[in-house]
Amino acid sequence: MPILETKNLTYIYGQGTPFEKTAVEDVSISIEKGEFIGVIGHTGSGKSTLIQTLNGLIRPTSGQVLLNGHDVWAEPKKIRAVRFQVGMVFQYPEYQLFEETVLKDIMFGPKNQGLSDSEARDRAYEAARFTGLREELLEKSPFELSGGEKRRAAIAGVIAMDPEVLILDEPTAGLDPRGRDVLLAQISQYHQKRGNTILLVSHSMEDVGRMAGRLLVMSGGHKQALAPTKEVFSRGEDLEKIGLRVPQITKIMQELQKQGWPVDPGVLTVDDALKQLMPCLIQKGQTGSAPQTQQTREGGGRHAF
Amino acid sequence: MLSDITLGQYFPAKSPMHRADPRLKLCLTVFVIVLIFSAANFLSLALGVGYIFLGVALSRTPFKLYLKSLKPILFIVVFTAVLNVFYGAGEPLWQWGFLKITKAGLLNSAFVSIRIVTLILASSVLTFTTSPTQLTDAIERLLKPLAKLRVPVHEFAMMMTIALRFVPLLLEETDKIMSAQKARGADMESGGLVQRIKALVPVLIPLFISAFRRAFDLATAMESRCYHGGEGRTKMKVLRFGHEDWLILASAALALGAFIALNLALPGAKLR
Repeated sequence: MPILETKNLTYIYGQGTPFEKTAVEDVSISIEKGEFIGVIGHTGSGKSTLIQTLNGLIRPTSGQVLLNGHDVWAEPKKIRAVRFQVGMVFQYPEYQLFEETVLKDIMFGPKNQGLSDSEARDRAYEAARFTGLREELLEKSPFELSGGEKRRAAIAGVIAMDPEVLILDEPTAGLDPRGRDVLLAQISQYHQKRGNTILLVSHSMEDVGRMAGRLLVMSGGHKQALAPTKEVFSRGEDLEKIGLRVPQITKIMQELQKQGWPVDPGVLTVDDALKQLMPCLIQKGQTGSAPQTQQTREGGGRHAF
Repeated sequence: MLSDITLGQYFPAKSPMHRADPRLKLCLTVFVIVLIFSAANFLSLALGVGYIFLGVALSRTPFKLYLKSLKPILFIVVFTAVLNVFYGAGEPLWQWGFLKITKAGLLNSAFVSIRIVTLILASSVLTFTTSPTQLTDAIERLLKPLAKLRVPVHEFAMMMTIALRFVPLLLEETDKIMSAQKARGADMESGGLVQRIKALVPVLIPLFISAFRRAFDLATAMESRCYHGGEGRTKMKVLRFGHEDWLILASAALALGAFIALNLALPGAKLR
């Protein structure tokens, strides 16, 4: 059974006013436990609205959100329970910090769940470890932290609730390249260790390409695709039509393949591309010309090497 | 949600009211409110109401929006209307214990309700058809004589512009922060008064911090563009009193004349 599902989900802003706008229309998706889903889409494609319906912050105009097979709005009074199960990290989450100390702020979620002080404290320490927040920072005021540290503290505040599904809305926006890589690596690690489900909204095709197993592509409030990452990126022209693109390295590999190089057009990382290109280059060095597809295995993926 | 508040929201459209000089609109709004409140009988009240509805019609703003702006004060209208019904002198039409309804009470109640509703309608015409910048521009220009008395009129107008500019921003921000805290299980919909006030702390603290941050950013931005106040400052959009404005002014004069005549001519219909 899928952990999270939507059925014909539609959301209309300001219904019945002159400013009425359909943000999400007839979206049906199904996500299995333990998946890492990348959510991509142009600004205004409805992805932010969609993810907010997933944890019950927005009530859909029509359609359903099913968590473990149960309609989350079946009992509106119990919607808070859904928010603990589906953790949501907003864009620029550091602006939600408010407590006297970082520790207390991370404990806010667990305490709202009804955990005791000591349980909440344990959760907070664990979450801080996952996000790479040094322990000595926990006793400081959140406002003394640097931007990157604040971001980690805020993400830890959501992870501390131990949600089954974690949704991150552009968690790396505004971070420097190194901070970005470290944070993404930590999210990836968290996903592997906990085995829970993650939805990552990102504008960086490189990031989702590297991390996500499947991609949800949104455009104009509609679901364009929910398919394995490679499959989505192999349709680069379709992506460009809706204002997105494929990772640069994938684009290079696709162009090389068009010119007859025996490479896999679905390569998503520079490392994998290197593994494929090296043998080709060595061969080229020997024969003095670009190896032709006919001469080698057709579309030989990285597993062939 | 919070963004549903329409009172005082500009509705962009092309209409004679939108084109009119904001100074004139501001003065006219005060003028019709004075009219409505000095109406002594139903006829002169009807004239004032009619004049306001003329403005509503000329604003080319959906009437739905006006109704929406009336919603928040519905309670006050009903409350004062009910209160007034029981405070009339004369023959009771209906009596139950010390409660009695008289004809004068009913009339008075209707009179007061109409006054409150039209008061909101009149100011809505102004705010729907005048952008906040135009409005503060008009206020600054109208208060300019006070600058001779060393009243910092320009600074005052600038403060208002900035404050108005930040209202929607801060509303949006509040919405965002509330969502973020709700996602962490903050409960803002249930509990007693004390609990609800406590539940606001996680929203108010980040909101204040962001407001201060924005204030500092704005101050830096203004300073780096050498802003130094009103002295010698020119306007990009100079307010001009056009011939349409003279027409509106003439209509106001006409309305005033008719109003005084009605007020004096029918003293018999006086309510109090």
